[in-house]
Amino acid sequence: MTPPSASEHLARPANPSVAELFMGFFIAGISGFGGVLPFARRMIVEQRRWMTPAEFTDMWSLCQFLPGPNVVNMSLALGLRFQGKAGAAACLLGLLGTPFLIMIGVGFLYTTYGYIPEVKSVLRGIAAVSAGLVLSMSFKMAAASRARDWTLVFGVLAFVAIALMRLPLAMVLVTLAPTSVLVAWLQLRKRARADRSVAADTKASP
Amino acid sequence: MPDVDVLRQLALDFLGLSMMAIGGVMSTLSEMHRIVVDHHHWMTSTEFAEVVALSQAAPGPNILVVTLVGWKVAGFAGALVATAAMCGPTSIITLMVAGAWQRFRDARWRIAIENGLAPVTIGLMIASALLLVRSADHSVAAYVASAITVVAMLATRINPLWLIAVGAVAGYAGLI
Repeated sequence: MTPPSASEHLARPANPSVAELFMGFFIAGISGFGGVLPFARRMIVEQRRWMTPAEFTDMWSLCQFLPGPNVVNMSLALGLRFQGKAGAAACLLGLLGTPFLIMIGVGFLYTTYGYIPEVKSVLRGIAAVSAGLVLSMSFKMAAASRARDWTLVFGVLAFVAIALMRLPLAMVLVTLAPTSVLVAWLQLRKRARADRSVAADTKASP
Repeated sequence: MPDVDVLRQLALDFLGLSMMAIGGVMSTLSEMHRIVVDHHHWMTSTEFAEVVALSQAAPGPNILVVTLVGWKVAGFAGALVATAAMCGPTSIITLMVAGAWQRFRDARWRIAIENGLAPVTIGLMIASALLLVRSADHSVAAYVASAITVVAMLATRINPLWLIAVGAVAGYAGLI
């Protein structure tokens, strides 16, 4: 993946203030039902034009790569870039502050009224739909994923280990992750060597 | 005053979970369930499904499911601890490392990690999704509701909130 080219940079470099960063993520945070990413992207790229689509994708790659919640990482990375630590704090607070309080409220209602039969019935219905949402999301993400070819066997192994064998995640990751990464690394090296030899052959022939 | 041991356990569990969250919240749900339901018996499987559902229906990032789990386990302190443990330490890592992105962005090891983790993430996500279905659905009608949701989400561009609303009404009406 190449960095965003010069022509893809914004005509007028973005320079959001700390307050603007907070507001942007505040609105994105409370808009996002079941997934903030689309709202965050629209806010950052289309509405406020803080980044180009390429820059956003690039930063999102970083945020997925780093451990921890992706959208939280995004708020920090973006805030850091524009206004340093103050910007990062503003984005994080904007993103999580109000939703956290809302979740506390939901929790309070849940523990206070959750045992009532009518409420339980409603929750049953919501839970069934929610399970379907997560399942459909996992299919969509699987389809969009970079994983390809026979390395999907690692996905099958992970699925079997977690869903069928109920093994602890740490155990599964410690065995599968390095193996899968090593295979990926070897594939990349092989491809690089193949590319180099093709380039050498092309140069060699007149 | 909530049990300090519970809070400490909550903090450690979610700290560990945060470091293993390779594909977003969804990939961690299986492990969260294993810890909270199977291991500690802090809630039932059904309650776990309810908590996940509520966190989806509420506005905000999906990661805040941990807030609700923490609340259910140990009230406000639990919610705070779980959220801080899940988001805090990894945030510090991000702040330290994000600035150096250009340095390792194109490194083979970085791309290999992404490519290598991708299939594992898919396996984890699907495992989590099926676990959720098992936890939430206890009747044929419930399975049908989940199936309809999947079809609707894959085949249409309907806002998931509508589906949640229909699910709520159907549940209230005793259909699920």
